Amino acid sequence: MAFLEVKNYRKRFGENEVLKGISFTLNKGEVLAVIGSSGGGKTTLLRCLNFLEIPDEGELYLGGEKLFDAAEKLKISNARIREKRLHFGLVFQQFNLFPQYTVFKNITLAQALLARQEFSRKKAEFSAARRGAPKEKRAQLKAEQKKILAEIKANQKAAIEQKTLALLERVGLSEKKDAYPHELSGGQQQRVAIARALALSTDILCFDEPTSALDPELTGEVLKVIKGLKSSESTMIVVTHEMDFARGVADHVVFIADGQIEEEGTPEEVFGSPKSEKTQAFLRKSLEELF
Amino acid sequence: MAELLVQLAQGFLVTLELFALTLVLALPLGLLFAFGLMSRFRPVRWVMKVFVWIIRGTPLMLQLFIVCYGPALFGLSAIRNSFLAAVIAFVINYACYFAVIYRGGIESISKGQYEAGQVLGMTGAQIFSRIVLLQVIKRILAPMSNEVITLVKDTSLANTLGGIVEIIAATKEVTGATGMPLIYPLLGAGVFFLAFIGLLTLLFGYLEKRLGYFKV
Repeated sequence: MAFLEVKNYRKRFGENEVLKGISFTLNKGEVLAVIGSSGGGKTTLLRCLNFLEIPDEGELYLGGEKLFDAAEKLKISNARIREKRLHFGLVFQQFNLFPQYTVFKNITLAQALLARQEFSRKKAEFSAARRGAPKEKRAQLKAEQKKILAEIKANQKAAIEQKTLALLERVGLSEKKDAYPHELSGGQQQRVAIARALALSTDILCFDEPTSALDPELTGEVLKVIKGLKSSESTMIVVTHEMDFARGVADHVVFIADGQIEEEGTPEEVFGSPKSEKTQAFLRKSLEELF
Repeated sequence: MAELLVQLAQGFLVTLELFALTLVLALPLGLLFAFGLMSRFRPVRWVMKVFVWIIRGTPLMLQLFIVCYGPALFGLSAIRNSFLAAVIAFVINYACYFAVIYRGGIESISKGQYEAGQVLGMTGAQIFSRIVLLQVIKRILAPMSNEVITLVKDTSLANTLGGIVEIIAATKEVTGATGMPLIYPLLGAGVFFLAFIGLLTLLFGYLEKRLGYFKV
């Protein structure tokens, strides 16, 4: 059973139907490369997966369970959308780091907010338990709980810090921990953005043309980091114009043209012997651009 | 001479009170108005736009009188406490100007900042308070300094309601009491304004510097 299954995703903006029924599956630990010309719907697909846009039609299954069904979209609250989002991470073309925070804080911010939510939940649980306890024991219980809560808080903080430092090392930016985004090169900023997305340990990590906004000499360092993320545990979807990269890293390639999947298969199939004429034309054109 | 300074200082204290009260209340109210201007709910947006048009489209002095004597429309007597009336008029007036500045600042923040927060599982309120707000503050500091400085000087309008002896009104009282030519207290009042606005300018400069550690 596929880890991720997208069924018949459709999205229109006014008169313009951008996704015309996209279906695909992805196994755990696999990398899916999505290629195709600009305006074909690749970015919209990623945005739909991350619920930045809500598909008009279609369903999404994750780990065998239905995560989203467009038929029920009007009934889904913002809070539920937010929960669903946490299954997916997204690295943007433009990095979108938070300029007022250091590299370290950029990575810890969301973790800390989620930890705080968890902490409040625990605290509410405790006070409910206190109300249920006999009166004479409440004071003692409160003292014990206070100790536990303090411990939880300290552990959360330590865990976040440790994880963040490990991630920074993984993207090779440990020494930039206290730098601000504007002090970094584009490639470094994108590596921070990758660490930030990794910090939430999402089920699936998406990349929206992660090197398109970079100077050519900086794309290598970012692609290398993404390549390094490949493991049996990380499932990734990469929208990219870097054909060599797609070929080298992807387990599965999808070519999207005009809102539809025109062709898909292994990199060997799609790049080696494309069946569709549109795919052939696209590949020929991207090859021409190289030389 | 000492008498002159004391009277002017007392007047300036009233000026400062009006200024501080207006600022403290209009800054948050303006943000609320800004949300109204950007509301997804069309009627709210529309009402807010018309309201801002009316407030920005009529003289502040007229608004002072309307707030003061407005209760007559409902068969009530005019607001006796002219200081209160002045504060109400100033707060509403400045909140509208602030609202437009806030809106401009908020809309200038790239969509990517919001989306980055969203994909990281943040709530709308978290995104606004943790990510957007400080960037907005940095962006609007210069136009806000204009408004704040204008407010200091606009407070003089309050004396038209009578009973509010702010610094300009105080100059007349000084001449009445001492027979000193009006020009001296008037020049003195100017010095008070210059000194205080000089201080505010330094404060804004400091804030700008404090927020200079990042770029938006």
